[in-house]
Amino acid sequence: MSEPKTTVRCTVNGQAVQADVVPRMSLADMLREEAGLTGTHLGCEHGVCGACTIIVNGAPVRSCLMFAVQAEGAEVRTVEGLADGETLSPLQRAFWEKHGLQCGFCTPGFLMLATWMLEQPEPVTEERLRHVLSSNLCRCTGYTNIVRAVTAAAKEMGKWAESAAA
Amino acid sequence: MKPAAFAYHRPESRAQALALLAEHGDEAKIISGGQSLVPAMNFRLARPPILIDINAIPGMDDIREEGGTLVIGARCRHAHFEKPVSSAPIGLLLSRVAANIAHTPIRSRGSFGGSLSHADPASEWCCVARGLEAELVAESTTGRRTIPAAAFFQTIFTTALRPDELLTEIRLPLFGPGWHCGFAEYARRAGDFALAMAVVACRVEGGVIREARVGLGGIASTPVTSPEAVAVLLGQAPSPALFLAAGQAGADATSPDGDIHASGEYRQDLVRAMIRRALTQAFA
Repeated sequence: MSEPKTTVRCTVNGQAVQADVVPRMSLADMLREEAGLTGTHLGCEHGVCGACTIIVNGAPVRSCLMFAVQAEGAEVRTVEGLADGETLSPLQRAFWEKHGLQCGFCTPGFLMLATWMLEQPEPVTEERLRHVLSSNLCRCTGYTNIVRAVTAAAKEMGKWAESAAA
Repeated sequence: MKPAAFAYHRPESRAQALALLAEHGDEAKIISGGQSLVPAMNFRLARPPILIDINAIPGMDDIREEGGTLVIGARCRHAHFEKPVSSAPIGLLLSRVAANIAHTPIRSRGSFGGSLSHADPASEWCCVARGLEAELVAESTTGRRTIPAAAFFQTIFTTALRPDELLTEIRLPLFGPGWHCGFAEYARRAGDFALAMAVVACRVEGGVIREARVGLGGIASTPVTSPEAVAVLLGQAPSPALFLAAGQAGADATSPDGDIHASGEYRQDLVRAMIRRALTQAFA
């Protein structure tokens, strides 16, 4: 029995994307297999590791926990949309300069999560940064250099605020 | 880690959703945020033949105040509560609770009503609903009924909702002047399911506590209230010694089961500490 397919239309990094998908296909799989955007990585496929984090309609989401059919009409952003041609975003550059990655598997998820955080109106404090970044897992770095990278990007972008004294 | 096949419906009105539920009953599962359902489907612990997606229905994430009540649309995302949704004490309390729910991207999608319908005993919203005596509004093609939280949570992952019913609203007290609210939970890592949690609300008049509600989560098959802790608080002036006594009385009345995460004895001790911390926060 072949499963009936549904047509999904959305934008990914500003480009219109249309795909015929079965309802059980995750948004992550659609991005990778239908749109050819393999920057979004799938680690655990049950919402724990955060490698597949993307931005949907302005909010960070786990793309393994959304079905592609649910992205109908949505504005989707993935790691492929961060750099401007050959020019890395300030956050991407900071990951490079601060050695915020080793194997790189978790990096797209961290980049999208931190990109979202840096776009929010409230300033980034150490406490908020650690709270938000605790969403995602990295098995290589021990997190220290990821925190350094996001801190450096926040400072460069004028988004950093020293934490209030406890 | 791919779910089993299912048929997908995305109704654009509440009436359409209720008609689909009436037609398919037990075969159908509602998907709201999907942050518990989709992992269960990916593991094939859940294999619903039909999914009814309520995300295209307008108005299901409205929040309004009605008299002394905060009315929360069932699809309101956890993230929506991170900043207080009301200037009444309930707004600040819900923002404190929301910061403890899972992780940031989970809070973008997961919903208040979804959490209640899923009825995980370690769910923060379930603890709040039970402890603060929420009323839950369920709708079906045959009508609308209001279920007190005490009757809603039946056992682990099991509620009073019938297969043809959709949870549409959660009604919580706003808690007016004189009320103090607090929440505390303990988890070993940020974002983990808590080993124990407590929510409290106390009304003070003339320097003493006249009304109190205490709810506990993560320690039994459903969230529970703690009449023993309430009994200690009533008629007394708030003080650190009183908070400790209330925590002790609350803990003494529980007998949590142990599991791989914590022994029953340890969880019981956490109950004492969480009641005390929630009260301390409420009166800080």
